[in-house]
Amino acid sequence: MEHKNWMGFAGESWKEHIDVRSFIQDNYTIYTGDESFLSSPTERTRKLLAQFEELLRQEQENGGVLDVDTEHVSSLTNYKPAYLNKELELIVGYQTEKPLTRGVNPFGGIRMARSACEAYGYKLSEKVEQEFTYRTTHNDGVYRVYSDEMRKARKCGVITGLPDAYGRGRIIGDYRRVALYGIDRLIEEKKKDKADIAMGVMDTDAIRQSEELFQQIAFLQKLKEMASMYGYDISEPAADAKEAVQWLYFGYLGAIKEQNGAAMSLGRVSTFLDIYFTRDMARGILDETGVQELVDDFVMKLRAARHLRTVEYNELFGGDPMWITESIGGVGENGKPLVTKSSFRFLHTLYNLGTAPEPNLTVLWSKKLPEPFKRYCARVSVETDAIQYENDDVMRPIYGDDYAIACCVSAMKVGKQMQFFGARCNLPKLLLLALNGGRDQLTGIQLGPQMEPYAGEILDFEAVRGRWHIYLEWLCKLYVNTMNVIHYMHDKYAYEKTQMALHDTNVERFMAFGVAGLSVLADSFSAIRYANVKVVRDENGLIEGFETTGEFPKYGNDDDRVDQIAKTALEEVYTQLKRNPTYRSAMHTLSVLTITSNVVYGKKTGATPDGRVKGQPFAPGANPMHNREQNGALASLNSVAKMPYEICRDGISNTFSITPDTLGKTEEQRVDNLVGILDGYFAQNAHHINVNVLNKQKLMEAYEDPQKYPNLTIRVSGYAVNFHRLSKEQQKEVISRTFHQAM
Amino acid sequence: MNGFVHSFESLGTLDGPGVRCVVFLQGCPLRCIYCHNPDTWDKTKGVSFSAEEVVRRVSRYRSYFGETGGITVSGGEPLLQAEFVTEIFRLCRESGIHTVLDTSGHGANPLSLMPLLKETDLVLLDMKMTTEQDYDEKIGGSLRQVMDFLLLLERQKIPVWIRQVVVPGITDSRENLFRLADLLAGKKCVQKVEFLPFRKLCKEKYSQMGIPFPLDRVPEATDSFCREYASHFYELLSAEQKSR
Repeated sequence: MEHKNWMGFAGESWKEHIDVRSFIQDNYTIYTGDESFLSSPTERTRKLLAQFEELLRQEQENGGVLDVDTEHVSSLTNYKPAYLNKELELIVGYQTEKPLTRGVNPFGGIRMARSACEAYGYKLSEKVEQEFTYRTTHNDGVYRVYSDEMRKARKCGVITGLPDAYGRGRIIGDYRRVALYGIDRLIEEKKKDKADIAMGVMDTDAIRQSEELFQQIAFLQKLKEMASMYGYDISEPAADAKEAVQWLYFGYLGAIKEQNGAAMSLGRVSTFLDIYFTRDMARGILDETGVQELVDDFVMKLRAARHLRTVEYNELFGGDPMWITESIGGVGENGKPLVTKSSFRFLHTLYNLGTAPEPNLTVLWSKKLPEPFKRYCARVSVETDAIQYENDDVMRPIYGDDYAIACCVSAMKVGKQMQFFGARCNLPKLLLLALNGGRDQLTGIQLGPQMEPYAGEILDFEAVRGRWHIYLEWLCKLYVNTMNVIHYMHDKYAYEKTQMALHDTNVERFMAFGVAGLSVLADSFSAIRYANVKVVRDENGLIEGFETTGEFPKYGNDDDRVDQIAKTALEEVYTQLKRNPTYRSAMHTLSVLTITSNVVYGKKTGATPDGRVKGQPFAPGANPMHNREQNGALASLNSVAKMPYEICRDGISNTFSITPDTLGKTEEQRVDNLVGILDGYFAQNAHHINVNVLNKQKLMEAYEDPQKYPNLTIRVSGYAVNFHRLSKEQQKEVISRTFHQAM
Repeated sequence: MNGFVHSFESLGTLDGPGVRCVVFLQGCPLRCIYCHNPDTWDKTKGVSFSAEEVVRRVSRYRSYFGETGGITVSGGEPLLQAEFVTEIFRLCRESGIHTVLDTSGHGANPLSLMPLLKETDLVLLDMKMTTEQDYDEKIGGSLRQVMDFLLLLERQKIPVWIRQVVVPGITDSRENLFRLADLLAGKKCVQKVEFLPFRKLCKEKYSQMGIPFPLDRVPEATDSFCREYASHFYELLSAEQKSR
C-alpha cells in the first residue's frame, strides 16, 4: 500500500499493517547533541500564552473551576468548535464550547456527575438528568453486583479509590495512528477484524469483541465528524507536520471528550512527530522556530484539558491532575537511543510556556542515553521540578521499545496493551484487621475471617505473621473479585470506544492492583521482630494502639533486615492475587503507588506498631516513612531500589526531594551530581523517581502566602502538581516529608 | 581492624569531587568554637566497625560515584584513627574507589601518617585560623602542626583542597586573607581553596547535649560574601605568586 502523504518515508512493513513502531524505527533521526539549537517562543506563542494565562488566573480565582457546561453530555460531537484565539491558534480543538469549561460526563455514574456539579455551585440540567433516568451507568452496574463484603471493604477503607463511579482511565490510545494512517484506513482494518471474528465460533468473548468493534468503528466515524466541525478532513494520513500534530491531537481530544478516566495519558509522541518535523524541514517548509511553535501550541492545548471531579475524588488524586503523560527518550531494541531533537523540544516547553504540571513529562532513562540529553534533563529537573524518570533498562526487555507510561508508572506497549486500573489496598490497615480478628477498630465494621483479637500483651512476630497470611489471602480474593465486577461493568456501560479503536483488536490486558503503606507495614513488622511491641486495648478488648520500646531497623536505610521484609510483603501480595482468576484473563500486575491518597489512607488507619500515630499520613508510594532515614539520600534510594520490578510490573513510585545546596555547590555540579544519582539508582534496577530540588522553606512560604510563588510546581507521587491546587492537608503532608539536606 | 564510627552520609556532594559517601569518625582532639559536630568529640561514644564493614557499606553506593565520586572520611578527626583509615582506604582503592581525607591536620601519630597518605587520593585540609594565637584560643590546636602537615603533603605530592569556615568577625577580615595567601603561596599541592559559610544548624545538637554554643550570637555568613571573599583571595594569591 502506498499513499502520497507518505512521500519521503522509508520502510514497507508499516504500510502493510498498522505498525507505528516500525515506522519510527525506519525513519527517526537520532540526536546526540545538546540543547543549544532550541528556540524561544515566538511573538504569536507569547500572545496566545498571555490569553491562556489570563484564563488560568480566572479559573484559580474562581475556586479551581472556570465554568461547567451542565447542558450537554460530554462526547465527541456534542459541542460546537471552540477557540481561544482563532487567528493565532496553530493547533485547534477544545473539549467543550469554551476553553477550560468543564463538560459533564455521567457515563461512569450520574450521582458522581451531579455531586461534582454541586461541589462548584452548579446544577446538572434537567435535560441531562432526564437522559440518564433511563440509562444504566457503569456505577449502576457495579452496585447491582457488589456484595455486602465488597461494600464494607470499600467503606472501611481497606480498599479505596476503586474506579467504580468514574472512568477507569490508564488506557493510552495510539493517537499517532490517526496521523500516520488517517481514519479511513483504521476503519477499514477494524472492519476486516470484525469480519474475521464472525468466521470463527461466536461465543461470549467473540460476541462482546464484535460489539466492541462495532462501537469502535462508530467512534472513528465520530472522530472524523468532530474534526470536520473544526474544518479538517482526517480521513487520510497527515500530509505535513502541522497536520500530523493536529490529527494526533484530534485523536487525544476525542478520547478526553468521551472519557473522564482518572489518567488520560498521551503515550510516546515526540520522536514520532520528530519524523514529520524533520521531513518538513528538509522540504524547506518549516524551520526550528516553526517546529517549536507547533510543539508549544500543542502543549498549550494539552495544558487546557480538564475533567469535572467531586470533592472525594480530589482527596485521593489531589491537584486536579489529568496525567497527560508523555514518555520521552528511551533506547531502541537495537541499542540506539530514541532521543531526537523533539525530545528536547517537549522538555523545552517548560521554559517557553513556563513551568506547569501537565503534560506529565516522563523521561525513560537508560545508561545508554546520550550524555548531553541526560544533562539537559537534570538541568530541567533542577530548574523546574517538573519531570520524572523511569528506568528504560528494566522496562525495555519486557515491553520492547514502543511502550509508554500511563498515569504515573504503568508501562504498556502503545496500542497493544491496556490495563484495568485498580487503585490500591491498604496494607497497614489489613495488619490491624488481622490483629483484631477482622474487626475495624475505627468503624466497628466486621469483615473477613472472624477470629478472636490477638490475645497476648507483646506481639510475637511469628504469631502475627500467621494472622497476616490468613487475612492477606482473604483480601486478595476479595480485591480480585471486586475488580472483576468493576471492569465487567465498565466494559459493558462505559467502554472506551475511541481509545480502543486506536489499539490492535487483539489487545493484551493487565489488571493493575496496588498497595499503599508499604513502608509503614515493613517498619511495623520490623518493630515486632526487633523491638518490643506491647498492645494497648480499648474498652472492648480491641487493640487500638501500641507501645514500642527498643531500636529496630527502619526501611530507607539500606538495611537488608527490614528492606527484605518489605520485599517479602510485596511477593506475598502478588502471589495471593495471582491465585484468583481475572476478568478477560487479564494479567495480574501490582503497583506501589499512592498518588496523594496516602493522606486519606493514613486518616482511615489506626496507630501502627512502627510508632506512627492514628490518622497520620503514610509515606507516598514506595517511599520510606518521613524522617526515618538516618544514612542520607542514597541509602534511602537503595532501599527503594530493592523492591522487585518483576513482580511490581505496574510500577514502584519514589518521590525524592533534596535541597539545592545538598545536591551541589554550583548549578553545574548539581546537574552533574543529579546525573550521577540517576545513573546510580537505575543501575540497581530501580524503577521510578520523582525529583524535586527545592527548599522546605520555600514550600512553607508558599503554604502561608499563596501569592508568593503562584506557579510553584512540585512532583508528588508519579505526577506533578501546582502546589496551590493541593488541599491544605495535602500541602502539609508534602512539607512534612523528608528533604534530604546536608548537615 | 576496628574503629569508631559516628555515622554515614550516603549522599555527600560538598566534601570532595562528585557524589561521595562520607564516613564520619568519632573522636576529635580539637574544640573549635564554631564546631558543627560536637557529638563527634568523645571517642568512646562511637559505634565499633571493622574496616571491611565500612567498605562494604560504602560499596553499596558505588553505582552513584561515576568517574569522579568516591569515599570521604571525615570526623571528628580521622587522623586520630589513622591506621583504621589507612585500612579503609587500602580496601577502597583495591575496588577502585577514589579516597578523600577530610582533616584538620591534627592528632596523628607521625609514624602512621605516611602509610595513610600512600592510600589517599585527595586531602581536604581545614585551615581553621591563620595565626598561632587564634589556633590556641579558638581551636585548641596549632598552626605550626597544620603547616608541617601541609609541607608533608607538598613533599608527597598529594593534591590538597584547603578549606576555611568564614565566621563573621573572626575569619572574614582582609588580614586573614593576606595571611592565608601568605601561608599557601608557592604550595604546588594546593589545587583549590574553598570558603564555607559559618552556619548555625548545629545549635540543636548543642542544646541536646546540654552545652552552650559559644557562637550563639554570631550571625551566619552568607553565600554571596563567601563567593566574594574567595575571589579576593584568588586575586591576592596570584599577586603573591607573581611577586615570588
